[in-house]
Amino acid sequence: MASITLDGLAHAYRPDPRGPQDYALKEINHVWRQGGAYALLGPSGCGKTTLLNIISGLVIPTRGRILFDDRDVTRLPTEARNIAQVFQFPVVYDTMTVRENLAFPLKNRKMPREAIARRVEEIASRLDLTSVLDRKASNLTADAKQKISLGRGLVREDVAAILFDEPLTVIDPHLKWQLRSSLKELHRALDLTMIYVTHDQTEALTFADTVVVMHDGAVVQTGTPEELFERPAHTFVGHFIGSPGMNVLPARVAGRTAHVGDVAIALDRGYAALPAGERIELGVRPEFATLAAPGTGLPVKVTRIEDIGRARIARIEISGNPAAAMVPEDLSLDGDSAGLTLDPRQIHIYADGVLVPGEAAGREGDA
Amino acid sequence: MDKPVNNAAWLLVAPVFLIVAFSAILPIMTVVNYSVQDTFGNNQFFWNGLGWFQELLDPTTELGGRFLDALWRNLLFSAIILAIEVPLGILVALSMPRDGWKVAATLVIMALPLLIPWNVVGTIWQVFARADIGLGGWAINALGIDYNYTGDPLAAWITIVVMDVWHWTSLVALLCYAGLKSIPDAYYQAARIDGASRWAIFTTIQLPKMKRVLLIAVLLRFMDSFMIYTEPFVLTGGGPGNATTFLSIDLVKIALGQFDLGKAAAMSLVYNLIVLALCWVFYTVMTNAGTERRHEENPA
Repeated sequence: MASITLDGLAHAYRPDPRGPQDYALKEINHVWRQGGAYALLGPSGCGKTTLLNIISGLVIPTRGRILFDDRDVTRLPTEARNIAQVFQFPVVYDTMTVRENLAFPLKNRKMPREAIARRVEEIASRLDLTSVLDRKASNLTADAKQKISLGRGLVREDVAAILFDEPLTVIDPHLKWQLRSSLKELHRALDLTMIYVTHDQTEALTFADTVVVMHDGAVVQTGTPEELFERPAHTFVGHFIGSPGMNVLPARVAGRTAHVGDVAIALDRGYAALPAGERIELGVRPEFATLAAPGTGLPVKVTRIEDIGRARIARIEISGNPAAAMVPEDLSLDGDSAGLTLDPRQIHIYADGVLVPGEAAGREGDA
Repeated sequence: MDKPVNNAAWLLVAPVFLIVAFSAILPIMTVVNYSVQDTFGNNQFFWNGLGWFQELLDPTTELGGRFLDALWRNLLFSAIILAIEVPLGILVALSMPRDGWKVAATLVIMALPLLIPWNVVGTIWQVFARADIGLGGWAINALGIDYNYTGDPLAAWITIVVMDVWHWTSLVALLCYAGLKSIPDAYYQAARIDGASRWAIFTTIQLPKMKRVLLIAVLLRFMDSFMIYTEPFVLTGGGPGNATTFLSIDLVKIALGQFDLGKAAAMSLVYNLIVLALCWVFYTVMTNAGTERRHEENPA
């Protein structure tokens, strides 16, 4: 059991990295608390698997250190770290039974036979594998195989953290949900650090207490699902999380007013000292933008209304910039012009993609 | 399910039937015809019934004795080269590079012996192993070992086995390499995390994943070595004495050397039946293993 500290970690796959473009993983400083449930979220190719492989020791980083508690493990081989990993595609040893599969890591570590048998039974019952213990692992379904992979990590009592590399990719949709909730249950019961890599925001947000969003080799935000939703630190997070993603509109900001095209939007916070020369954008989630009758709020043009079942979403244009907004149930529109009301506290200003805090005494906390 | 009956369909099968008749059935029937007759030349044939077959399968007769000897030699030869080439091929495959320019280089070098025609292989080794002018034979004698494959049966056997290993180990290695390449990296990573030793990785991951290609390799090498002709014929001509006379060499000796068409025909039919029977055994084993594998690989 340990907390895992990443200290100035960076990795490039080519041996002589020159500029930042050569780094698959840009510098990261992060502490994974003991017992936390983390998700590492990002699109394919953002470096999340690289980071995972560095933690498990399959890849040695170009720069920086990894600490398990205070022990430097940066150059320790995988088998010497107390790490288990579940891969995207189920890995089971074909020729062995489920029982032998679960016993394999312990057998390799020369544990006494009775202790192995006891531990295997215990983990099998936790994972609902008791009934298939004596069957060949190769004949089982993908979700059972994934449980075996997980079980091979859990049997080791010294395991500090379990890493999941998109473990539900090959699982049928109706079993995904089931497997994910049993993972959560295990996490609560076993006090293990779990790091779950995924590109699926639903998986990340339902599994994790803390979500680490990665983009282009760098961490862009670390926070609870609520924080990511209500206060995206980067326009990428706004886009990537939420469906549909955040509306990001080019804007000119002066004091407490933003101008999108020729439409003026009142802001809750003041932005006196915006860096000059940078791309200024205004971000607001569709959930905090509500369509209204023409004449109310900001004038917008409606291009299309989508019914997504539990709500209706309008595709609109604000001074020619595309955006999305919620449509109240009782609203009916003639023609394509409408009004738009925004929740001013949920409007964020970004400079070159990065959130600018703004000045609003005492309002910072409830955003 | 009802099958539609349409007699006109036979017309469509007819061309294939004709080709097979002329290319396979008629030649075989000629052999069957010879096998029940005896000839003393002049194109005169005498009816002999099953006489040749009785002689062939009775080891106390001259024909039966040499047939059995040659059969044992063949089986021994196949067993030896399988026992060497399969483990050696696996070993070579395991030590071949997994990526980079070395892969292409290794593959080309490995494929070279496979591209050389059989009789050229025989000639190369005939010269190479000669004690007087051959580099290999000369070197061995220079080391103080008395080596002469034209006079010593053991030396002849060793030379033929080494030649076959040189010629065909690449095939086993390349097949195994293909099997190894198809193992996803995650298996090796998982094994490292599980603390598996090098040997455990081999027995629990690599060998099971190579099972299918290994079966193919064993089948190919067995059938090929069981029917071997050209290389030992060029190298030793079946000698010294009859030490390296395999079935196919003996067959040619009887048919074209002694012009005993009846004996040779009977012998080739029995030889053919043995090959077919062994083929069937391998085929059955392989298809059974195949269905098992398909079941295992079912991802759902």
